[in-house]
Amino acid sequence: METVTITMKNVPALYLEAETISPDAFAGKNAAQIAELPVFEGNVPSTLGKYFEVSGNAGATAADTKIVVKGDAKKVKYIGFKMTAGEVVIEGPADQYVGAWMKGGKLTAKGDVGAFAATAMKGGELVIEGNAGNYLGAAYRGDWRGMSGGKILVMGNAGSDTGMYMLGGEITINGNCDVHVMTHAEGGKVTIKGNAKSKLGGQMVDGTIIIFGNIDVMMPGFKPNGEVELEVDGAKAKFAHFIGDMGERHKKKKGAIVYGNLYKKI
Amino acid sequence: MTKVITDVICPFCGTLCDDVEVTVSDDGKKLLEVANACVIGTEKFLHSQSSDRVTKPRLRQEDGSWKDISYEEAADYTAKLLAKARKPLMYGWSSTNCEAQCVGNEIAEVAKACCDNTAAVCHGTTLIAVQDIGLPSCTLGEVKNRADRIIFWGCNPAHAHPRHMSRYSIFPRGFFTGKGQMSRKLVVVDPRCTDTAKMADVHLQIEQGRDYELLDAFRVALKGEWLPDVVAGIHAEKIREVADILKSGRFGIIFFGMGVTQSLSKNHNIDAAIALTKDLNEHTKYSIMPMRGHYNVTGSGEVFAWQFGFPYSVDLTRGFARYNPGDSSSIDLLLRGEIDAMFTIGSDPGAHFPISAVKQIAKVDSVCIDPHMTPTSGVSKLHVPVAFNGVETGGNCYRMDNVPIDCRKVVEPPEGMKTDLEFLTMVCDRLKKLKGVA
Ligand code: SF4
Repeated sequence: METVTITMKNVPALYLEAETISPDAFAGKNAAQIAELPVFEGNVPSTLGKYFEVSGNAGATAADTKIVVKGDAKKVKYIGFKMTAGEVVIEGPADQYVGAWMKGGKLTAKGDVGAFAATAMKGGELVIEGNAGNYLGAAYRGDWRGMSGGKILVMGNAGSDTGMYMLGGEITINGNCDVHVMTHAEGGKVTIKGNAKSKLGGQMVDGTIIIFGNIDVMMPGFKPNGEVELEVDGAKAKFAHFIGDMGERHKKKKGAIVYGNLYKKI
Repeated sequence: MTKVITDVICPFCGTLCDDVEVTVSDDGKKLLEVANACVIGTEKFLHSQSSDRVTKPRLRQEDGSWKDISYEEAADYTAKLLAKARKPLMYGWSSTNCEAQCVGNEIAEVAKACCDNTAAVCHGTTLIAVQDIGLPSCTLGEVKNRADRIIFWGCNPAHAHPRHMSRYSIFPRGFFTGKGQMSRKLVVVDPRCTDTAKMADVHLQIEQGRDYELLDAFRVALKGEWLPDVVAGIHAEKIREVADILKSGRFGIIFFGMGVTQSLSKNHNIDAAIALTKDLNEHTKYSIMPMRGHYNVTGSGEVFAWQFGFPYSVDLTRGFARYNPGDSSSIDLLLRGEIDAMFTIGSDPGAHFPISAVKQIAKVDSVCIDPHMTPTSGVSKLHVPVAFNGVETGGNCYRMDNVPIDCRKVVEPPEGMKTDLEFLTMVCDRLKKLKGVA
């Protein structure tokens, strides 16, 4: 695997839209060609090389390419946009749409990331070592298809609207979660190791929420359904089981109605 | 001798009353009296006659004072500002007519700007929900003639839309609602005991920020499922009782306002309210309608959607329309420091935006087009006063139920004063020349 390191040298005055920072766009290019890739600051078209120092050549394919983003990328949007393979490591914080629509490969953000990370993610792995913003793994505006595959791990906290319209895949949040988790979800799983506020599973059709900490206010549409023992990350524990959202429509599988599941550690 | 002009449209709130009578002087230059409009509407008409009105464009000087300039100079300044900006924000549009909005959109396209209307701080969340799950709606005429179950959720028309209740929702005797108020049951959901709530048959004094939960509870109650004892501060029996009241009507309507669109859960509240409306349609006929504020905010959404495909918060910087509130919405753009020029028309973000966002406006190049002196004109570098739309010039507007109504000109503007449409056309021509577009 070849490594390309890009280091911020001119921080944009406004924000940079750089959907070209992805192994797919870099693949088959040398450092000079990568520096010519297009980016936008507001309505002004520019090149990656104007903002970043580029060193190293990419591999022949996305799978053979690793990108390391160094320096202040706090104002850079769309890193890892639509990536299908390879690896991206963001050493500091990044702005919105990190790993949006990603399909494969591995993206690691060592700092905080902005809203809309992993929008409509289909596959691959996203690790956020800092905090995630709002709408993690959610659908794009107006779409009814959120994250449908792949894995996300957030080591810090997540904002609101995690997993909105989620269809599949897994999200694990080691910290706490703001309001609205898996709203309108029809599949997938969100595990929250810390606490959550409220509106968990609102309008949920199908899918699973597992929470280890507290929930400030439960949705009234979640009905108690006894207790179960679950194994999460190799450890067994007892959970109170709820099904819902009882106010929402639900599908039938083999004659039985399928509900969303919420497990809260006892 | 004076003249009385009848069937005048009130250009203040989304109710867009069309039965106002205005008395003007014989030469059509003075507006003397206003009849039929509510106090707010009357004030809007009379304000056009105030003696301290700014009648010439004013440019802020180094020392903070204003210098009067001509409309030509103002148009030059505005066009240059837009041509130079890398990410200008063109905000407002809700208190001007659709014709001016069209020219504004043309400018935005040439300037590759972000454009947004006041929905960003009121019913934008409604528009998100509508895009997510649709909107079973109707006209206010249908409400007047048919509705026997009226729900006001998080809105207070007694103060914000004063003639809404007398013209459409509570008092009028319609075709199937011959007994007026007696034919209707009024349910108000509001954490405060407002003047609207005081008139209600049922007032659900909900805990603040728990609308999403209560809406969900109504949906659960309609399905006859299990409910916790108390939801959002309301007992389960009460929720079931009100659910039965809602079901028992022949035609119901849910009106909702900023109490739900801008409180915790925002678009999700509306999403759940629309879902509840759909559920109620399994029992009887139900509709839902946002109580839009500015008289032509609805029209601005229509024009944006017709020309760009999205109703607000449109980002044209890349040469095509993108839309994602949170990224492309005005307050976020300002707070995050994403824009380098601000163009305001037909609204007052200086008064409505958080102070930290207003401070950003003060930092960048800015122009404010508004007949009044406002907090926004106060922080802008250029203030361009224009004729009062709907008083001194006509133009198309959309009522809160999406019915287009042509406003009327009833009195002449002060001599030499341009309308929004005229000034924007001047800016558009100049900008096209600067950008080398035909
Ligand atoms: S209710 Fe609204 S439109 Fe009607 S007169 Fe009053 S302010 Fe004007």
